Amino acid sequence: MTETDRIEGPPAAAPPTAAAPRKFDWVRFAEAYALVAGIVVLGAIFGALRPESFLSWANITTILGSQAVLVVLTLALIIPLTAGDYDLSVASVLTLSGMLLAVLNAQHGWPLWAAMAVALASGLVTGIVNAAFILFFRIPSLIVTLGTGTFINGVVLWVSGSMTVSGVSFDLVNWVVVRRLFGIPLAFYYAIALCFALWYFFEYTTAGRRLLFVGRGREVARLSGIAVDRARLYSLMASGFFSACAGILYAGTIGAADPLSGLTFLLPAFAAAFLGATSISPGRFNPWGSFVAVYFLVTGITGLTILGIQTFVQNLFYGGGLVLAVALSQLVRNREAQDFS
Amino acid sequence: MDAEIAHDDKREPGAPPALALRHFSKRFGGELALNDVALDVAPGEVHGLLGQNGSGKSTLIKILAGFHAPEAGAELRVNGESVPLPIPPGAALGLGLAFVHQHLALVPSLSVLENLRIGQFATQNRWRIDWRRERERARQTFHRFGLLIDPDARIRDLPQVERALVAIVRAFEDIGLRDNADRPGVLVLDEPTPFLPRAGVDQLFALVRGIVRGGTSVIFVSHDVDEVMEITDRATVLRDGVVAGTLETRQVSSDDFVELIIGRRVKLFQTEARDLTETPIVARISSLTGTTTEDVSIELRKGEIVGLTGLIGSGSDEIPYLVFGAKKARSGTIELDGNRMNASAMVPSAALAASMTLLPADRLTAGGVAPLSVADNITLPVLRDFLGPVGLDWSRMTDRAEALCQAYEVRPNRPAMKLGSLSGGNQQKALLAKWLQKRPKLLLLDEPTQGVDVGARQAVFQALHAASLEGTSVLCASTDYEQLAQICDRVLIFARGRIVQELRGTEITKENIAEQCLRGLSLAGIVEEEAAAT
Repeated sequence: MTETDRIEGPPAAAPPTAAAPRKFDWVRFAEAYALVAGIVVLGAIFGALRPESFLSWANITTILGSQAVLVVLTLALIIPLTAGDYDLSVASVLTLSGMLLAVLNAQHGWPLWAAMAVALASGLVTGIVNAAFILFFRIPSLIVTLGTGTFINGVVLWVSGSMTVSGVSFDLVNWVVVRRLFGIPLAFYYAIALCFALWYFFEYTTAGRRLLFVGRGREVARLSGIAVDRARLYSLMASGFFSACAGILYAGTIGAADPLSGLTFLLPAFAAAFLGATSISPGRFNPWGSFVAVYFLVTGITGLTILGIQTFVQNLFYGGGLVLAVALSQLVRNREAQDFS
Repeated sequence: MDAEIAHDDKREPGAPPALALRHFSKRFGGELALNDVALDVAPGEVHGLLGQNGSGKSTLIKILAGFHAPEAGAELRVNGESVPLPIPPGAALGLGLAFVHQHLALVPSLSVLENLRIGQFATQNRWRIDWRRERERARQTFHRFGLLIDPDARIRDLPQVERALVAIVRAFEDIGLRDNADRPGVLVLDEPTPFLPRAGVDQLFALVRGIVRGGTSVIFVSHDVDEVMEITDRATVLRDGVVAGTLETRQVSSDDFVELIIGRRVKLFQTEARDLTETPIVARISSLTGTTTEDVSIELRKGEIVGLTGLIGSGSDEIPYLVFGAKKARSGTIELDGNRMNASAMVPSAALAASMTLLPADRLTAGGVAPLSVADNITLPVLRDFLGPVGLDWSRMTDRAEALCQAYEVRPNRPAMKLGSLSGGNQQKALLAKWLQKRPKLLLLDEPTQGVDVGARQAVFQALHAASLEGTSVLCASTDYEQLAQICDRVLIFARGRIVQELRGTEITKENIAEQCLRGLSLAGIVEEEAAAT
């Protein structure tokens, strides 16, 4: 074996590879940014049809600000999705958190910070309960979170007496939608900040890398010494916590909490998460992809609404947009099976 | 021997063979996997089919099942009637041929009765299934063969033996339900016994005897010479795609079979014998007991490469997973470099911390993640090395992956490529790099070159040899005798969960390993008695 010397661990100085400079991969680039282009195209179409209302700065800032809640909720969702678990309870946690905040703050006169702390804790507790059933009893996450989500909906109706609770502290409303930077409500910047933090976590921390392997290859992760169950517990706690954050933002956006409207965020959040997984870093749930997906969906819906089309268009757009966009990205990949979990 | 008396009665003089094959050949690429094979199976006979891995047994079975088309010129007669070849997929049953494979094709979560009737429900349209009648019929069938199996039990709750019995009964019934069921059929049992305890084998043989008493023939495919001696009337041995001989079981000894299976060939390869008696022992595995393995103790010297092998079901493939804690051991201790650990409490993270690494056989579900990049996969166990002030340093990670891929000859060397788009051999080289970069004290391998092309095999061997020179001890479970002969300093032969033989130095040849594996089952009985005595 004369060549054995060559096989050592990492050679101190590997000769630079003589391969030709890699060609820019246009197909991959087009796939990653197709959704961004989609926003531009939609904007151009609606702008041409209704320049005075669609392209007004007021409309644009409204679009950006009003969707912060959905962005945060989608980001909460992609954490367990990356770890290979579904969390169908995110919208219920959002509603619960908003309602707890409103009831404690407006009806019981608790200070805002204390009400917020309880709201956030409710999210963490939900995550722990979800994880306990999923990990201890080995029940599929889809079933557990469907159950806990429905259970929480019941709790919310009970706590609120099925009524909208208004009178949330104006401080919250002020810091969420009233104050603006460059004309855009602060809520938008909170969403951006979370997006950035999550992107950093997924890409540049060891825990983020481990989470990815837990989702993609449980057995590989286990045999590589990763504490798989702990990673799944933390990811479910994180989704509960950030869903609760979204709930606080939602209460701040409308200045009240109602027991039902928050639940309508569930499908849009899933649509944005899966649509986002075809964008920016295709094939992976990723924060910036989710961000782009939310604004793609909302641009289409706002535009159609301005054209005077009825509100049912929302469902057509969320549902149809999701299936069509994922189908298109499959065509680009020659229908190679996409494995999201 | 009531079975023999029985079939002497029913065999009519001049009856045509139940199955007659002539000129069966099959070419894969340039290689002849099967070369002009002829085989006769008499009605009511148990006919053994023996041979090593790659001897052509499974190719032959697959032609009969309709998976492969034989080369032109092959002839097949069933009960004297010529049958056109190839057999269309799924048509074998109509000819009276039914198969039970090692992986019994039962649905574990369904009941015995539902599993028995899968074949009928799949092919017939029935709008009113009379479950009471079906249940009664199943009870009668079980009763006829002296089996006490509840038709309503779930397959999952049955012991392995009863599952095998259910699968065999199902195949037998399926033969009986074909259109011209008055003609005798042929039941092919493809290695049904390796995972069964001895008492289970007896039960299975009793069922086989019951089945042939009715005139059905059985082809019994096995590695195990002793079992073939016990149950068959005649046996045909395949070697390198040709018939090495057909023997009347009653007139020969098991040595005759072993000689036919292995053949006497000139030795082609001699291992380079290393003297490691001077080097210190770094790893001690003591009294390790797992699912199949019983009380296994192994000592490894620094830099030693030890092979673990045996026939399928011997338990040798379990050892790496038990040592690493990937599979729960029932008892035993593992000592590595003075660090003593309890095997039953072992977990992968502890094994890694103790400087062990495991390269599992199942490359894409346990070894690496196919849709993630080569760099992602390679850097997973060493992420901490790349933490900079602002998190993971991706350019250094890519450089490391590229350097390792170069050293281990992964082609193409593109760290951003998905692991799944590399060839099997290159995936394995990348995964070997993933674990060897940690310079483990003990490297555990299971079938390291399964599905790996010839060139990559050499690269894997070189990498292992280089690692052993640097002081890594290697424990390699494999059923590829040629590979073991090429890389091992010592080979341990397993049978029925125990080590029955140890080969060293010049004893390690492909042929000798094969022979010792075949003889291992006879030795296992002696070892078990010794263990019971102490």
